[in-house]
Amino acid sequence: MMQVRRAIFGVWRNAFLFLGYMLTMLFAANVMAVNASTEETSLSGQQRGEYLVRVGNCLGCHTAKGGQPFAGGYRLSTSFGTFVTPNITPDKETGIGLWSEEDFWKAMHEGKSRDGRLLYPAFPYTDYTKVTREDASLIFAYLQSIPAVSQVNPSHEIRFPYNYRPLLYIWRTLFFKQGVYEPDQSRSAKWNRGAYLVQGLGHCNACHIARNVLGASQDETMAGGQIMGSNWYAPSLTSRREAGGMDWTIEEIVALLSSGVSRRAMMSGPMATVVRQSLQYLSQDDARAMAIYLKSLPESNNVQPEVNYPPMPDNVRRYLAQGEKIYVKYCQDCHGISGQGAPGIYPALADNRSVIMVIPTNVIRTVLNGGYPPTTRANSRPYGMPPFQQVIRDEEVAQVVSFIRNAWGNHGSLVSAVDVGQSREGSH
Amino acid sequence: MKYFILILLFVLACLANAAETLPVDVPDTLAERVKACTICHGAEDRHDGDSYYPRIAGKLEGYLFNQLRHFRDGRRYYQPMAILLENMSDEYLREIARYFAVLNLPYPSPESITLQPVEANLARRLVYSGDSRRNIPACSTCHGKELMGTAPFVPGLLGLPRAYITAQLGGWHSGGLIRGKVANCMADIAKQLTYEEINAIAKWLAVQPVSGEPVGELSVEMSQRCANLALENGEAR
Repeated sequence: MMQVRRAIFGVWRNAFLFLGYMLTMLFAANVMAVNASTEETSLSGQQRGEYLVRVGNCLGCHTAKGGQPFAGGYRLSTSFGTFVTPNITPDKETGIGLWSEEDFWKAMHEGKSRDGRLLYPAFPYTDYTKVTREDASLIFAYLQSIPAVSQVNPSHEIRFPYNYRPLLYIWRTLFFKQGVYEPDQSRSAKWNRGAYLVQGLGHCNACHIARNVLGASQDETMAGGQIMGSNWYAPSLTSRREAGGMDWTIEEIVALLSSGVSRRAMMSGPMATVVRQSLQYLSQDDARAMAIYLKSLPESNNVQPEVNYPPMPDNVRRYLAQGEKIYVKYCQDCHGISGQGAPGIYPALADNRSVIMVIPTNVIRTVLNGGYPPTTRANSRPYGMPPFQQVIRDEEVAQVVSFIRNAWGNHGSLVSAVDVGQSREGSH
Repeated sequence: MKYFILILLFVLACLANAAETLPVDVPDTLAERVKACTICHGAEDRHDGDSYYPRIAGKLEGYLFNQLRHFRDGRRYYQPMAILLENMSDEYLREIARYFAVLNLPYPSPESITLQPVEANLARRLVYSGDSRRNIPACSTCHGKELMGTAPFVPGLLGLPRAYITAQLGGWHSGGLIRGKVANCMADIAKQLTYEEINAIAKWLAVQPVSGEPVGELSVEMSQRCANLALENGEAR
């Protein structure tokens, strides 16, 4: 973008010629880079719309738990209050049955509702703005074709002063950059397709980013952050110590995204839900494109230097020894005597980034809640982990988590029963 | 010779190391896959006094499948189950339900609870006769004359811990254990019960020895009365 701007100044005198040239290039680039793969274009418009709705995971937020698909009513809790998602079925009274394609485009691209009101960015139009008009139009056509559900949803419960909508003008001036994804000409078509999906419809940035007090993404680097309204930490996609793909093969990233498991990792928490609802339906080409883009993300600067770990004091050793006893009793059968696990079934704990991440919330929650990776086409009968909060006390959870964070070459901070109590809060 | 022993030791050490880093050998069975369930529900049944978790082995497949879906979809609320099942497909839940339905485990001996004769009489009357004045049917009309359930999805009531039965009846009593969109007949019945009656029934059921089988189908009268229940659980048929 900067280069483009500089270029604009550089050829100021030939503005007309230049603009013509740029438009041609942009048009060509759009056709070349962002559009769907051949795999996808062989589908009908209806099927493409359905596919894009899956990729954008509209269902995930616009369906209440156990509710009618797309009829809204899902409660999205944030630090500003609770948003209740709207009904986006084509019902004329309670849904978007009266909307035109232009109305829908305005919502996706500009973050404005049909009546001109500004939408809260809980609807991720800060990402969806990058979606092309053609894709938005296909999505709209699909949403208009699904069964209409008459369902009135309760209103948002947003706290003062955030419930004063005109404040959004200021928020948007500061934090919203409107515009369709612009392909990077120095990159391949696949890379651009991946970037388009990750930054746009996929709205990965909705979670994998730190937010400021006004709820705006602090940068565009996907450097990880606490998920708003949730007690899970969305790991950084730009750190090799968290969930960065730089050390992974493309195949491994594709496997994790589309099946929920790979040799080294397993999707859990809210990401498991994203895989079930959305990513497992990615076409092979799109999953690959996403992987290519994710692998290419530059490493963020806040990489910690290698440190030499001092020998542990005796009291720490004793603490970890307590944890080891619990490990042997409850964990070792599945995760192995040296934390080696069974790839694709029970994850290895040795050298497992989720285990040793600086923020221990996720590993604690995993021990407390257990869980199954999502059932996907490629992994339809997953193995699971018991919810150990039913079996052991918080002190013991703290001990065993501290142990696995410091066994078999792992190094991580110790956790306490207080950390466990804090990680327990919140159901999602 | 000395070298030979050293080499042998070295080789053995390498082998031992290799064994430690080989992936864990995981049986490709459903029993292995449902270890997350059996840690609480027990691979074999156990009663350690205050146990809460209900027995699931031998329950009707339709009942288990419905409960799994209810937990997953937020109609029956118990957070640990909701989180565990959040991302599981109907197909897989059906397979798991079938696994536990045909799992044949010996029943434990009944809980040792002292039951006053007054309580026992009260419970027995409600279980087998109900109370027509308050429109409370006998438990046995739906749950089977041997109280072992009615196909396809009405659960059996025997072989369960008292704490669990009390909690479930209490749940129905205070607004419906299953948060469906339609009124639920079990909630209507439980709301008529007093806490004294709930306690008596829970105690009585928990001390009954388990025998018998689920019965075939609901009576016409009860199918009509519980038509909504049948409708909501229809897919289990």
